[in-house]
Amino acid sequence: MTTTGSIVRIGLHRGLIELRHGLSLTFNYVFFPTLAVLVMYALRGFSLAGTDYSLGAYAIPGIIAMNVLFTGLMGIASALMVEREDGTLMRARATPHGTVGYFVGKIVSQAALTCVTFAVVLTVAIALFDDFTSDPIGGFVTLCWVLPLGIVAMLPIGVILGVVVRHPRQLSFVSLLLMGMTAVSGIFYPLALQAPYLQVTGQLFPLYWLGLGMRSAMLPAELAATEIGGSWRPVETAAVLGLWAAAATALALLALRRMSHRAAGSRPRAAGHGRAAR
Amino acid sequence: MKDGDAAPAVDVRGLCMRYGAQDVLNGVDLRVERGEILALLGPNGAGKTTTIEILEGFRRRTEGHVRVLGVDPETGGERWRARLGIVLQYWRDHRRWRVRELLDHIGRYYRAYGTPDRPRPYPADELLARVGLTGQASKVVGDLSGGQRRRLDVAIGLVGNPELLFLDEPTVGFDPEARHDFHQLVRDISAKNDTSIVLTTHDLAEAETLAHTIAILIDGRIAARGTPRELSARYSESVNVSYRRRGDDHRVAVPEYAAVDYVRRLLDGDPGISELEVRRSSFEEAYLSMVRSLGSARRVLDDAVRPR
Repeated sequence: MTTTGSIVRIGLHRGLIELRHGLSLTFNYVFFPTLAVLVMYALRGFSLAGTDYSLGAYAIPGIIAMNVLFTGLMGIASALMVEREDGTLMRARATPHGTVGYFVGKIVSQAALTCVTFAVVLTVAIALFDDFTSDPIGGFVTLCWVLPLGIVAMLPIGVILGVVVRHPRQLSFVSLLLMGMTAVSGIFYPLALQAPYLQVTGQLFPLYWLGLGMRSAMLPAELAATEIGGSWRPVETAAVLGLWAAAATALALLALRRMSHRAAGSRPRAAGHGRAAR
Repeated sequence: MKDGDAAPAVDVRGLCMRYGAQDVLNGVDLRVERGEILALLGPNGAGKTTTIEILEGFRRRTEGHVRVLGVDPETGGERWRARLGIVLQYWRDHRRWRVRELLDHIGRYYRAYGTPDRPRPYPADELLARVGLTGQASKVVGDLSGGQRRRLDVAIGLVGNPELLFLDEPTVGFDPEARHDFHQLVRDISAKNDTSIVLTTHDLAEAETLAHTIAILIDGRIAARGTPRELSARYSESVNVSYRRRGDDHRVAVPEYAAVDYVRRLLDGDPGISELEVRRSSFEEAYLSMVRSLGSARRVLDDAVRPR
């Protein structure tokens, strides 16, 4: 019999191969965040209200957090949509334990790709700005739990979207929603300085907490004063991201189960496939 | 344990499939023995793909008895799935993978299901050699030609060393040479691997050359079933007689019951007859006449008269 361990191993094998394919697309993923970092570099002369800290440097951790949203969450959602249409998911269903292997592989490759693009954008940011934290080791330790937790909170949302959203065309609507989430998550400007209802809304979403965690890792300690409650709130960050991770994972598993029960619903349509060769 | 080894490859009785008010399958009976190649032939919309998807366990039937390798596809688990090979109608997946890489990866899922008399998976390099893709092993899947891509699909269908292989319209879009090579491959698989094969096609010639048995599916029912020769004999109504007389070619269609008499009188009446040929109408003619008589003529003509 196939053991869980051996399926996970096959999934890992799949993930590593897909990561290799994905790496050739790294440029696509890092292009916009790098552009954003450069824009912030141009804005370095402006300072954050009430401080003499560069507004540009302040936004960098948030931009890196956004990268998890767009590479990880959107990446997995669009991959699922494309691969449901092109028959990859059908192929997985035709293979014993293929669907499990497929999803393990997809999560592994997309998480790894998120880490790679994260490292690229971080390197560019560190090269351009010299006013990050004076405690890089402490910052690194913080990153080591914030980033994985953020990925685990975001990827299952991508899986849910990829299963629920039926047509690639609807993906642009999803992008719009994610932009809205970015707008209320205090990425570019402290949420503490915005309207109270925006503060409440922003704190409901994982992106705010991921951004906060990133800022706590990268920015000087005294900037904690600009945050809600005047603190980095690491315990709350871990709790909210953990809650999102658990809820999203449970929902994603539910969505996957429903998908596999919806008989042949994932069968690709005929138009535009090999039949067109007639 | 050899689950259901004595059972026929496919055993279907009274299979019905309804979508809303529409009956797609209306009491299909089908049986495929071990080692047999069955072609499910029929015009578009007859229910071929629906039938095969039910057999593959991808679609739930409305009613009827269905056993595939002795197991009900709706409850067949991963062990059952490991005994099947499936070649889908579509071929656009895994375009960034390399050929050998993909075959090796999919083979890994079958490792746990090997038995002494049926080792699994089938070694990737051997399989590539068999489908004639050794030279393309490190090519990217998306760069393969249509025929190469289809052969890779068959290799993927075979990598688990299946007891039963499903081929859903395998040669659509093939040129004649690729089609010929493909037929050779399918015969070879059937003969050497003790693999039963169910293929759907609307290509009459394909069904005739490949299959031991042809089942014709029309309007959700098996309208006829038999060897190509049996079907041809059963449904042809006429015999074509052609001959040469004093430099002129003649060709006459004669009702089957009158053919022997016709030829006897022809030869008795004129010693100058040469190049006599008496030929029962082809399977294609038989198929068309049958489908016409079953009242689906227009749809079938659209389909079968399409240039190949």
